[in-house]
Amino acid sequence: MEASCLNRIERTGTRPIRASVFLGLILMLPLGALSQTDARDPAAFQVQVWAASCMACHGPDGRAEGTGLAIGGRPAEELRSKLLGYKTGKLPATIMHQHAKGYSDQELARIADYFSSLK
Amino acid sequence: MIQRRIFLKGGLSAVSLVAAPHLAAQTGERVVIVGGGFGGATAARYLRRFNPALQITLVEPAGEFVMCPMSNRVIHGGLQLRDITRPYGRFVTGNGLRWVRARADGIDVAAREVRAGAERIPYDRLIVAPGVDYVYEGIEGLQTAAQQALVPHAWKAGEQTQQLRNLLQALPDGGVVAMTVPKVPYRCPPGPYERASLIAHYLQTRKPKSKLIVFDANPEIQAKKGLFEAVWKGRYRGIIEYVPNADLKAVDVATGTLDFAMQGKVKAQVLNVIPPQRAGSIARSSGLANVGDRWCGVDFLSYESTAAKGVYVIGDSIAGAPGMPKSGHMANQEAKVCAGAISAQSLGMDVPSDPIIANTCYSFVSQSEVIHVAAVYRYDAAKKTMVTAPGSGGLSAEPSVMEGLYAMAWATNILNDTLG
Repeated sequence: MEASCLNRIERTGTRPIRASVFLGLILMLPLGALSQTDARDPAAFQVQVWAASCMACHGPDGRAEGTGLAIGGRPAEELRSKLLGYKTGKLPATIMHQHAKGYSDQELARIADYFSSLK
Repeated sequence: MIQRRIFLKGGLSAVSLVAAPHLAAQTGERVVIVGGGFGGATAARYLRRFNPALQITLVEPAGEFVMCPMSNRVIHGGLQLRDITRPYGRFVTGNGLRWVRARADGIDVAAREVRAGAERIPYDRLIVAPGVDYVYEGIEGLQTAAQQALVPHAWKAGEQTQQLRNLLQALPDGGVVAMTVPKVPYRCPPGPYERASLIAHYLQTRKPKSKLIVFDANPEIQAKKGLFEAVWKGRYRGIIEYVPNADLKAVDVATGTLDFAMQGKVKAQVLNVIPPQRAGSIARSSGLANVGDRWCGVDFLSYESTAAKGVYVIGDSIAGAPGMPKSGHMANQEAKVCAGAISAQSLGMDVPSDPIIANTCYSFVSQSEVIHVAAVYRYDAAKKTMVTAPGSGGLSAEPSVMEGLYAMAWATNILNDTLG
């Protein structure tokens, strides 16, 4: 069972049901609209690069495999309060309390808002 | 309809099409990436996400990526090589990359051109991510490729990983396994100690009269020291012997003998010599290894080489900031900062001035129990380097099965993040 773990999860990454919905949408959009970064807003871009760091564990766009790791599209308030809870020690954690302490409260809030905005 | 045709013809999943902003016109700068490991592949992916207009070329000879993380579990037997292997094809198509499937032979920094076989690949910006090379010069008896092939390092996942697994399986009960750990810095500081733990677990459960001797060129365990020591002194007592300050001078492959400067000669049935390391050969031959002729100096805001403008180095080849390990996870992190810096400039913005990257590193100490170390690194503008963010980071309290599940989730997620 262990042996097939990585490949099993890889297969689920194709998400055929969601895909058909997106394919419908994509054909209605001008190609340029697919761009994720057209903001030219340095502060927003910085947040996007910070958030990219988190995706190593939490998956592309926060769509992680694994219990409790999927953060993309979660309500901003939930993500904000969790991150602050890990930072202050109010919430128990295995790893996130060690990460959250490396960021200011404002940085955590902005990263939370960014992941919340991802569909 | 064009999209649909690509979809059908290429056999792409629709998700990779959704995540394929390369359908925007690629009229922007030409970025060439040498190496498709955790650093190079992540850079390609995030350049495409940050600025869909870039023309991105990946120079990588292999048809598939074999990840080093979890490869110690292949040696142990819990996973197989195919579980840690992913082909490049869908990644290349899905991200709209041009793939030159050849080894980069040279870089002409003045002409801004990469040579790969017969190809001349011009670039506006170049990312060099060749990983490490293995240094056998100081080890007598391991000067030829034939000699080296008999003593696998298995420090780049692939054939040698399987070879070491096969050697362990062929070991008679009561045999001796010897591994050597090079002086720091080397790729993946906790990796040798994870490997030692997993080999010990294999011997304990399959060949209980056998033992493992770990010869470390360093004076002590280089990562997660207390956690590894507790496991070795506890459950692996009598199986692992740890020898610090062991400087390997020579190997006799015919008799299976290791010769150390201080400890003298030791014979073993399975030899796993992890040699000293340095920046990948293309980084050195093109003049980028300007730190002790061994590692590549970079500006930590962008990973631009301190030796050549417009050339960026990420991953194991860089001269890291103090405390920053060489690892797949770190290469993934550095790649995103580098991709952000290149993309920002191509979009008319300044290079972001406040990079924050993080490390999470899991090590298996048995078939299911895992320990971790974590840290957050931030840019110190005064020192122009990355420093550990005050108060951040830490270790596991003890090995746990729960962290084993996290480690497997991590492996899947970083693979999807890097090669999705």
